[in-house]
Amino acid sequence: MKFGIVTFPGSNCDYDAYHAVTEVLGEQAVYLWHKDHDLRNVDVVVLPGGFSYGDYLRVGAIARFSPIMQEVAAHARSGAPVLGVCNGFQILCEAQLLPGALMRNAALQFISAAVCVRVENADTLFTSRYRQGELLKLPIAHGDGRYIAPPAVLDALEAEGRVIFRYADATGNSSADANPNGSERNIAGIVSEQGNVLGMMPHPERACSPLLGSDDGVRLLESILSRVAA
Amino acid sequence: MSAVAPRAGDPAITPALVAEHGLNEEEYRRLVGMLGRTPTFTELGVISALWSEHCSYKHSRPLLKTLPTKAPYVLQGPGENAGVISIGDGLAVAFKIESHNHPSAVEPYQGAATGVGGILRDVFTMGARPIAMLNSLRFGSVDSARVRYLFSGVVKGIGDYGNCVGIPTVAGEIVFDDAYEGNPLVNAMCVGLMHESDLIRAKAEGIGNPVIAVGARTGRDGIHGASFASEDLSSASDAKRPRIQVGDPFTEKLLLEASLELIQSGHIVAIQDMGAAGLTSSSAEMAERGDVGVTIDVTRVPTREQGMTPYEILLSESQERMLVVARKGHESAVGDILAKWDLTAAVIGEVIEEQVYRVTEGATVVAEFPGTRLVTDCPSYSPEAREAPAVRKLRLTDPSAVPERPEEQDPLWTLEQLLSAPTIASKAWAYRQFDSTVRTSTVIGPGGDAAVLRIRGTDKAIAVKTDCNGRYVYLDPRVGGRIAVAEAARNVACTGARPMAITNCLNFGNPTRPEVFFQLKEAIAGIGEACRALGTPVTGGNVSLYNESPAGAVYPTPVIGMVGLIDSLSHVTRAGFRADGDTILLLGEMGGELGGSEYLATIHGAVLGAPPACDPGREKATIDVLLDGIRQGIVSSAHDCSDGGIAIALAECCIANPDAESGAAVDLSQWAHLRNRELLFGETQGRFVLSSSAPERIEAIARKARIACSRIGVVRLDSLTLDISLGDGLISAERAMMRRAYHESIPGIMSRTPQHAAAVEHTSASTL
Repeated sequence: MKFGIVTFPGSNCDYDAYHAVTEVLGEQAVYLWHKDHDLRNVDVVVLPGGFSYGDYLRVGAIARFSPIMQEVAAHARSGAPVLGVCNGFQILCEAQLLPGALMRNAALQFISAAVCVRVENADTLFTSRYRQGELLKLPIAHGDGRYIAPPAVLDALEAEGRVIFRYADATGNSSADANPNGSERNIAGIVSEQGNVLGMMPHPERACSPLLGSDDGVRLLESILSRVAA
Repeated sequence: MSAVAPRAGDPAITPALVAEHGLNEEEYRRLVGMLGRTPTFTELGVISALWSEHCSYKHSRPLLKTLPTKAPYVLQGPGENAGVISIGDGLAVAFKIESHNHPSAVEPYQGAATGVGGILRDVFTMGARPIAMLNSLRFGSVDSARVRYLFSGVVKGIGDYGNCVGIPTVAGEIVFDDAYEGNPLVNAMCVGLMHESDLIRAKAEGIGNPVIAVGARTGRDGIHGASFASEDLSSASDAKRPRIQVGDPFTEKLLLEASLELIQSGHIVAIQDMGAAGLTSSSAEMAERGDVGVTIDVTRVPTREQGMTPYEILLSESQERMLVVARKGHESAVGDILAKWDLTAAVIGEVIEEQVYRVTEGATVVAEFPGTRLVTDCPSYSPEAREAPAVRKLRLTDPSAVPERPEEQDPLWTLEQLLSAPTIASKAWAYRQFDSTVRTSTVIGPGGDAAVLRIRGTDKAIAVKTDCNGRYVYLDPRVGGRIAVAEAARNVACTGARPMAITNCLNFGNPTRPEVFFQLKEAIAGIGEACRALGTPVTGGNVSLYNESPAGAVYPTPVIGMVGLIDSLSHVTRAGFRADGDTILLLGEMGGELGGSEYLATIHGAVLGAPPACDPGREKATIDVLLDGIRQGIVSSAHDCSDGGIAIALAECCIANPDAESGAAVDLSQWAHLRNRELLFGETQGRFVLSSSAPERIEAIARKARIACSRIGVVRLDSLTLDISLGDGLISAERAMMRRAYHESIPGIMSRTPQHAAAVEHTSASTL
């Protein structure tokens, strides 16, 4: 399977995503340049973390106008997988491929930490290798990770099983204390209506080795592999 | 040589103007002698920057020459943008530390941010990709709202810049002490990884090769930043805020990628950051290293605003700019690479055969210096060095004469006070704002004895740490200098690394004062002694003098940035206790030395006594025992015993990692001849707290090396207490108490003043 990792000016997790796909998953990966219109026949598009265009103006707001984003949107509309992590999630929201928006963290500080995330729906393109309710240890590193959306949208997301990751404490409670950034309803990751576009603030590509503290992110990539390959 | 005439509109050269440029009479005479005529205003500006302390090292050069700089694996020693050492497998590590103290004192956010930017550029201009950032920060007492403003601004500045560029900030140290009240220290270190074959030096070569300015445009910001960094801070410093540069980490990220691509493309022969003193120092230094001439036309430099004079263009310290010497005929290829990253490149000059440094404005020569004398003729000073009698008196004061406070009847009270002392307490409040996991190589991040980064494609890792105890250096600069190196070495050794080499950042006061020059001289001697014994050469660094405010000089603070090599990932060792029933060992002596201790400072507000003795040879032998044990796989955990003594070290082994707490039962009664405070909180050097399931084997290694090794307890993972038997009874420290004291201290203090309120106080502060 071929993964395409988009490099925007200011992307800085493209390299980590590349290594997770090639070294850990053992699949093919190519970098896609933001100025191009060519997705190079990839099966999965990854919008990596970082600070595209310096996050100037508003996070993700400029990147969505990059030439490559037209192709990414078409890829998403065709039902093919798109994974947006951190800044990638922000860009997906700006591009309206996902509902809602990511705002400044409630504490007004950048937060770098390992957090606990509960799998809310293990029956998606991205989570089939996890157990429902499983707790994952994943790193976060962001200044703008507070997910917000109108109540009706949040209700719909919940009803349709599209909230797939939620911040939780070590016992699995999605308490206020376990919410690192003030996200509505502790939401850490959501999928699109068709279920093929995932946006999440935690970094699965940074959780691919026990040596670095967690390999809980590997199965997210394996889930994509199993569904798309099948 | 060309005719150089004053430029229309430039001020006349008067003694007042010369003094304003920081040149003394002797230095001005030297300049006139070199030129054989009166300098132009532009030339005066150039010399003011290049002969500033910051650029010229005029008070430190002869001393720095005494430091050891060689080892078979050192590929690049001092004198380049960064030092480089080989780590085998064709790979090398570039690293350097630098200060941004004065800018951060006036404008903490931008001061710290641009400090990070500058040191990043120093590393990637060697051809290395930055893989880690470290810092070393010192502030006054965090009880002051102004200090909290500075502290939070500096932390945010470091975080926002490093996070955006995507380089993990993995380690550092943060110290709070009244000595830094008016003049905080902000040192940033960068570590990069490269293939040895990509090593490039900032040496201009090839007559006719074009000199190209790349990256951001040149503006009026930061003019005379280097000179500002070379004078004492005063109430007038706030007015020099315009001398502080403004950083743009997004452009830096683009420049990083473009520069590495340029270096690998083979189109260029040299590259250097336009850092302190901007275009002036980068071009002059590159020409000097290549022993060639260079000519620059300022009208071809892309500027941000119109009407900039040659003086302004040469001295601007606008950030995110590089100077490149390309191969002739490859100009457009260089331009293409920059254009890919949406950056500009402009040919602004040429490498020439004539031994001259010439600046033109179109056809008119506005500055011209013979040969490379601009750099080589800079003055060098060795002023009088004399210890301050008051410091000598403090050193000779016996710490045991300090009466105990009544509360100290209960050593747990003292333990709690020390665990919550801001210098000892957890700094997670700060490092949670630093992305420490990007680039997915951080094996041990902030909070460990040292940070550990794996090297992809190998089974190796490197360990990095910054260290210095300024209080020790103040009380005895020679011993303090030794300890700074030894502690950094111990810290990297705790993670399983062999200490390899250091970079240093020498933060001192005004060197023209004999007591300050004494500190500088003695501290450098101490660093040299320790580096020789430990086999860790100095590969470069930075000297920051004039760290004084109206309240006086800072503690002499030679910060050591150490790099160590871990041969196998299986050797990576952490500080926290891990396995129930493991034996706890003290490797090293129980000396009970309290001079210069955190105990005296925190509990008694006293800075006195001789700092603990430091025998670098013994330090080396102790480290070797530890590394031998680690390589044999018999060390479960290792932690350096430093600030706060063995009680703090043990407490940290129990509760510093909130995800893996432990209890322990410890017996120190064999040292009942020491007073409790000496036993628990004394800071004798050369010590580690280890845990092991094979203590007899560690004891055997230690015996062979004639290093003391004592069994002092047992790890009790499930115990809710750290129990310590003393000669006169048992103390039992609850994990909950230690956790609270250690982890909640700084967040509690920082929540006291809303940051906007601190900022308001700042604007109304009349002096620094």
